[in-house]
Amino acid sequence: MSDLIKKVTALLNDKTINAFIGYEKGSANRIRAIFVRTEDQVQKLILNASCTQNLTGYLMKHEVKKLGKLGILANVAALRSIMQLASEFQIKDGEVYVLFANADGSLTEFTDFKSIETFLQTTDTGIKSEEQEMIAKLEAMTVNERWLFWNKEFEKCIKCYACRAACPMCYCHRCTTDVNQPQWIPVASHELGNLDYHLMRAMHLAGRCVNCGECATACPMDIPLNLLTYQLISPIKATFDATAGMKADAMYALSTYKPDDKENFII
Amino acid sequence: MEKQLKILKYSDLSKLIEKFRSQGYPVLAPVRKGKVVEIEQVQSLDEIALDVLLSTQSAKKAAFPKVEKVLEYTLEKSGTKQFPVDPADYKETILFGVRPCDASGFKSLDAIFGEEPKDQFYLEKKGKSTIISFSCPVADEYCFCTSVGGGPGNTAGSDLQFTGISKEEILVEILTEKGEKLAATFADLLTDAGKDIDKSKFLADVKVVFDVDGVVEKTTASFNNTALWLEQSLRCIGCGACAFVCPTCACFDFQDEQNTKKGVRLRLWDSCGFSLFTLHTSGHNPREVQSQRWRQRIMHKFAYMPEQLHVVGCEGCGRCSRACPVDMNIKEHLTAIGEKVIV
Ligand code: SF4
Ligand code: SF4
Ligand code: SF4
Ligand code: SF4
Repeated sequence: MSDLIKKVTALLNDKTINAFIGYEKGSANRIRAIFVRTEDQVQKLILNASCTQNLTGYLMKHEVKKLGKLGILANVAALRSIMQLASEFQIKDGEVYVLFANADGSLTEFTDFKSIETFLQTTDTGIKSEEQEMIAKLEAMTVNERWLFWNKEFEKCIKCYACRAACPMCYCHRCTTDVNQPQWIPVASHELGNLDYHLMRAMHLAGRCVNCGECATACPMDIPLNLLTYQLISPIKATFDATAGMKADAMYALSTYKPDDKENFII
Repeated sequence: MEKQLKILKYSDLSKLIEKFRSQGYPVLAPVRKGKVVEIEQVQSLDEIALDVLLSTQSAKKAAFPKVEKVLEYTLEKSGTKQFPVDPADYKETILFGVRPCDASGFKSLDAIFGEEPKDQFYLEKKGKSTIISFSCPVADEYCFCTSVGGGPGNTAGSDLQFTGISKEEILVEILTEKGEKLAATFADLLTDAGKDIDKSKFLADVKVVFDVDGVVEKTTASFNNTALWLEQSLRCIGCGACAFVCPTCACFDFQDEQNTKKGVRLRLWDSCGFSLFTLHTSGHNPREVQSQRWRQRIMHKFAYMPEQLHVVGCEGCGRCSRACPVDMNIKEHLTAIGEKVIV
């Protein structure tokens, strides 16, 4: 029996949690989320190199919340999502039991926010090197080239909103895109509608994106839209000295005012 | 009409596309775009990805696009003036290299859009499309066409069907009058085929995994089985991916886009997976939670459509499962429903 199965069995038995969100084998070579409540389900838990999905979006899903006290299997991005959700008052300290999967397969448990914060301070939270390369490429482009690059990508978008649904930070019950009286964002998946949606979403995730990549992984049309929000990470850091998902009581850079904030963007 | 069998050489395929183009037909076919495969207008054979199992989205967009203008209007002092889009303006189009499940998917759409009041936007476009499907030499584990009455060589919905029978030759089945009319325009490329060609030898082997009548019966009886729908859909995140790639999903929304002088009315794809889909103006939502939306998706295809339109609303193409970001596998879920003991 794996350590994970042992641990989750114990957590369920002593009622520390009512349900545990982990991974099971999925179709083809995929893995998928499982919501473990029973002995049978516990046996299905797996943990391997393909278990990369950030499961924290489920912490915001109504029917999952109703399962009772939740435990979750987390990777670095998931820990950061939890911090970010905490800073946005979506999760309370101690509300979720967190098991972190270390690279060597061992497990670290986190029962409070403080310990997650401490852990993250010495953890690599950066974006992957291939993504870094893509961003460098994008930044080396002229404004016009970049414009063409994104327009070509957005052409494929069908507005299925899988990106939004998969993102742990897109938890609003009523997204701006869903408001159609008036239409803040054109609802249609045409050129302007796609562009507006992605720009709006990127702006709303500026300083909140924890670079988990779920949005791009979720996209059935293979649009690398995570690069949009990743590109905003360094400007936010440089301008406000803020990084998303590192502290449970962080103030959100784009909704906080400080007297010494730079005002050089005001024309 | 009685089906006719002909032989076409692979080496003549590019001539075939040229012929279509020179007659002025737009040709829509699968085209590779990085990891996705789109059904798009092509100019020549080399653009077409004939070796892919399935395009990412279905072929439905040929007759039911994601965004479609249905009306233009101007706002004038004297009132609103309307300029409806005339469906008669749509062009005769050829859908080339789609799969049998795409072609048969149009049967469901025909049933839905053909109900009164008839949907001219869809019916005109569909009526002006000639469908040349390619049977499937391979399938993958998401495919389950044979469990819902289709198959890798199913000809329902196709006007012509092509099957590769050797490295050089394609068996051409002429299936409808529309197909016959089109085939007449490339008769010089066709030779007669012997009657004894066993097409099934060239098709993928897709195992039947459930009994569709049983699934229909059990789905119909399971409306109130809250636990079933909840367990199946706990991981569903309520996006529109499954519905948008599906060849038979037909739900749509209307949106007006206007300024102070004029506007357009657009028809857009919609999905029962979205919470917004059933949200009332009052704020009340009759499908409050995702499990109810998942139930709707399955019930619509396997209970309501069989009951009201006498077709199962699923072709077993597996696109929804491939596209689902959280690996909701419909074949698995339907199999589980089929195996359920209903008390
Ligand atoms: S998941 Fe992809 S196709 Fe769907 S809305 Fe997002 S970017 Fe568009
Ligand atoms: S925007 Fe994308 S990468 Fe950022 S938190 Fe959301 S899903 Fe993750
Ligand atoms: S429901 Fe899924 S498998 Fe059935 S036709 Fe639609 S996309 Fe294909
Ligand atoms: S089944 Fe998958 S694709 Fe469909 S709504 Fe749920 S998460 Fe989205």
